[in-house]
Amino acid sequence: MKQETNEKTLLEGLARNDRMAAETIYRDNYNMVQSLVINNNGSTDDARDIFQEAMIVLYEKAKSGSFELNCQLKTYLYSVCRRLWLKRLQQMNRFINNGDNLSETVSVDDDLEEHGQKDADFEMMEKSFGMIGEPCKGLLDAYYLQRKNMQEIADTFGYTNAANAKTQKYKCLMRLKKIFFSQYKKQ
Amino acid sequence: MDDQIVIETVENYIRGEMNAEEQLLFENLRKSNPEVDQLVVEHTLFLQQINNYGERRNFNTTLHQVHSDLTGKGEINTDLPKGKAKVIYLWNRYKRVAAIAASIAGVTTLGVSLLVNTLIPNTATDKLQELGREINRVKTDQIEQKKEVNNIKNKIDDNTKIPFRTAGTGFIIDGKGYLVTNAHIVRNARNIFVINSMNEQFRATLVYTDLNKDIAVLKITDEDFKPMTSLPYGIRKSSTDVAEPIYTMGFPRNEIVYSEGYLSAKTGFNGDTLSCQLGIAANPGNSGGPVFNHNGEVIGILSTKETEAEGVAFAIQSKYIYNVVEELKKDTANQKIKLPTKSSVAGLNKQQQFKKIEDFIFMVKVN
Repeated sequence: MKQETNEKTLLEGLARNDRMAAETIYRDNYNMVQSLVINNNGSTDDARDIFQEAMIVLYEKAKSGSFELNCQLKTYLYSVCRRLWLKRLQQMNRFINNGDNLSETVSVDDDLEEHGQKDADFEMMEKSFGMIGEPCKGLLDAYYLQRKNMQEIADTFGYTNAANAKTQKYKCLMRLKKIFFSQYKKQ
Repeated sequence: MDDQIVIETVENYIRGEMNAEEQLLFENLRKSNPEVDQLVVEHTLFLQQINNYGERRNFNTTLHQVHSDLTGKGEINTDLPKGKAKVIYLWNRYKRVAAIAASIAGVTTLGVSLLVNTLIPNTATDKLQELGREINRVKTDQIEQKKEVNNIKNKIDDNTKIPFRTAGTGFIIDGKGYLVTNAHIVRNARNIFVINSMNEQFRATLVYTDLNKDIAVLKITDEDFKPMTSLPYGIRKSSTDVAEPIYTMGFPRNEIVYSEGYLSAKTGFNGDTLSCQLGIAANPGNSGGPVFNHNGEVIGILSTKETEAEGVAFAIQSKYIYNVVEELKKDTANQKIKLPTKSSVAGLNKQQQFKKIEDFIFMVKVN
């Protein structure tokens, strides 16, 4: 019972961007995933990638608010990592057997599908940001992501006043939107 | 309204940074103006995407930091296992590669040694020659021994030669080694041998016999027998006209003998409908031989001759061969028998027909 509440607190912390929560989950589960990956033809770098991707899945689920963990956090992470790693191996054509000890894991197919969609969105936005170039990238980053106010931004980027910065930001935003939606509609 | 101001207003609205009055005003505008509504929806989605992007990016950074922190503190072990464990780890990781490499190496080695063996000239010729002579001596010894054994065998053979009781003639009806002859020739046979015109002898077994029709079918079972391909003659299904010239081949002695005649009557001795009467010079030993018409078609099997008159012989009509073969086919082992229906020697003169046919006529010896 105590463990359950504990894990619930951790997930809530994760959703609040609490670094301690992320660190605790990381510490408790990383080694398990690393041995899973290494024992199945992977390297430590592979293990880190896989585990961090699983953490992102967990993070997204935690943030969505509707997430109910109906098994141990460890089991969930293990299942996600296992699926991710199998997928990676299949892409490398090195793994055919799919049927061993499935009973130890929980089904995470739906979660991973959702994650795949979010992942695509993320990459699309990252690509769009990459395409607008500086100083637009920095400008939008500062305003929308770091949530600085216009005066601060004008000072950092060397605009004469906040209104100028605002106009510049507007132009950059339009470009970003155009690039992003052109890809979004293609999808 | 300026586009820039519109966006700003929309952003304010989405972030909830408007006061109640402004909000009401904007919502009314949104209801009345679908373009504004569309913009709000679109921009909401976009800001959400940007937010997700930002959060995800921050979280990624956090994860990287956590990873290096924890590694620094030694709370997670990302180093590769040391010492012996490392060897095991590397082995596990690369064993497949190693196996493939090893097999390639093996194949290459074999290939190279093979090449070397075939390409490099024999250097130690002296030794090899000596060895060669050794082998030759062994070989000659063996040949001599074989000769000796053969001599002994021949002597034994000569001494214990089984006398053949009866002999007749038979002819091939299927290239796989099926022969037709008279049932009376092979009656009570213990061993049956067939000998062709080249004096080659093969062992045969009786696969079918019909004493009423006086037809028997033999199969050559000898390993030395090579299946024959196309038969030069066909076997006639319908009866032949009286007075048609006919000829036969057979082994009244140890050599194939040709004799000619004509069909004298459509029935046999005392009106026997199974056979027909021939005017031909036949001898004991001709029994079982084929009777051909001038087209090289088998019209009968020579079977008996009248003792009281010279030059009168009887042959079983060829259509009964078909009956017999139908019976034979009921046994699965003989299902594939196929009788030749078409003669390929039609139109050739008798000498040529004889040459083509003689290989398919066998002497049947029985004891």
